[in-house]
Amino acid sequence: MLGAITTLLVYQLVGEVLVHFLALPVPGPVVGMLLLFLSLWFKGSIPDGLHTTANTILQHLSLLFVPAGVGVMVHFSRVSGEVVPIIAAVLGSTALAIAAAALTMQALIRLHQHRVREKQR
Amino acid sequence: MIPPRIADIWVYLSASPLLWLTITLIAYQAAYWVYARAGFNPLLNPVPIAIVALVAALKATGTAYSTYFEGAQFVHFLLGPATVALAIPLYAQFDKLRKLLMPLGGALVAGSVTAIVSVLAIGWALGASDATLLSLVPKSVTAPIAMGITEKLGGIPSLTAVLVILTGISGAVMAKYVLDALRIRDFSVRGFAIGVAAHGIGTARAFQVSEEAGAFAGLGMGLNGLLTAVLVPVAVGLIRNF
Repeated sequence: MLGAITTLLVYQLVGEVLVHFLALPVPGPVVGMLLLFLSLWFKGSIPDGLHTTANTILQHLSLLFVPAGVGVMVHFSRVSGEVVPIIAAVLGSTALAIAAAALTMQALIRLHQHRVREKQR
Repeated sequence: MIPPRIADIWVYLSASPLLWLTITLIAYQAAYWVYARAGFNPLLNPVPIAIVALVAALKATGTAYSTYFEGAQFVHFLLGPATVALAIPLYAQFDKLRKLLMPLGGALVAGSVTAIVSVLAIGWALGASDATLLSLVPKSVTAPIAMGITEKLGGIPSLTAVLVILTGISGAVMAKYVLDALRIRDFSVRGFAIGVAAHGIGTARAFQVSEEAGAFAGLGMGLNGLLTAVLVPVAVGLIRNF
């Protein structure tokens, strides 16, 4: 557990340092995620402790968004002044984005399977 | 009237991070208990329930957000290591991932561009102000990336954080219904679409349904963060020059 948490923090720290030095447009933890992924690929397996700890943290991933979400109270006046455009834009655009991504991926998977079958014939 | 001794205790506690950290954990676990009892019904997502309860408690006690955040920052901090931890389920799906590179790339571009264009179109058509529109652009992307993008555009980063969370909650609540209506059953497709459109809160929801969906959602979230960080400044530059 302690070793796994230390591993995650070390990768995050390396990610933050790289982002700072190379002036990358992405946050440090995302770079840390990519680096950890590459390390696991190189190693060829996931250490047990790391797998268990990651599952525990990710199970309650939604808790981690609560503090930032409570920040809505600071923006009450702006949000309530433009409540219709904001809510409509967020809901409409989120539904469209889910549909666009899912339909495109499904269509491309089918196209790919179709091609594989053609080749086998 | 509050008896003086209770008032003293309140003054002491309200100045310490312990109180609001503990209340945040209790509010979330209570909301999660309801959610689990309801068979993980997406309409009872624990994030909005906990947020509403906490905002009500802060308003009732006249507590400022900055005071609240002194305690809640310990939870907020874990977002970093949790993002790094997404590499692990992703690696567990590596074999499947390798076979799906083309479909994933296509879905990423389609979802990312749709999110940006449609939020601007709907917001503009309904008369949102310029500052709100600029803060809305990166709404489908994980909060730290989105806030960086808004800052560069000249929007309001802290408003973006709120809009990002609102988007995540909407995605987590509606994804099941949208995907069921489109008859999409493959967990890799369902997960990836939620991650692209509704970042971390969508990913959290996906993990509650299946580890495979969660892994692909985490991938969608990370990739859309990278793509949007590159696309938005270019697109806004083009529009401004036009």
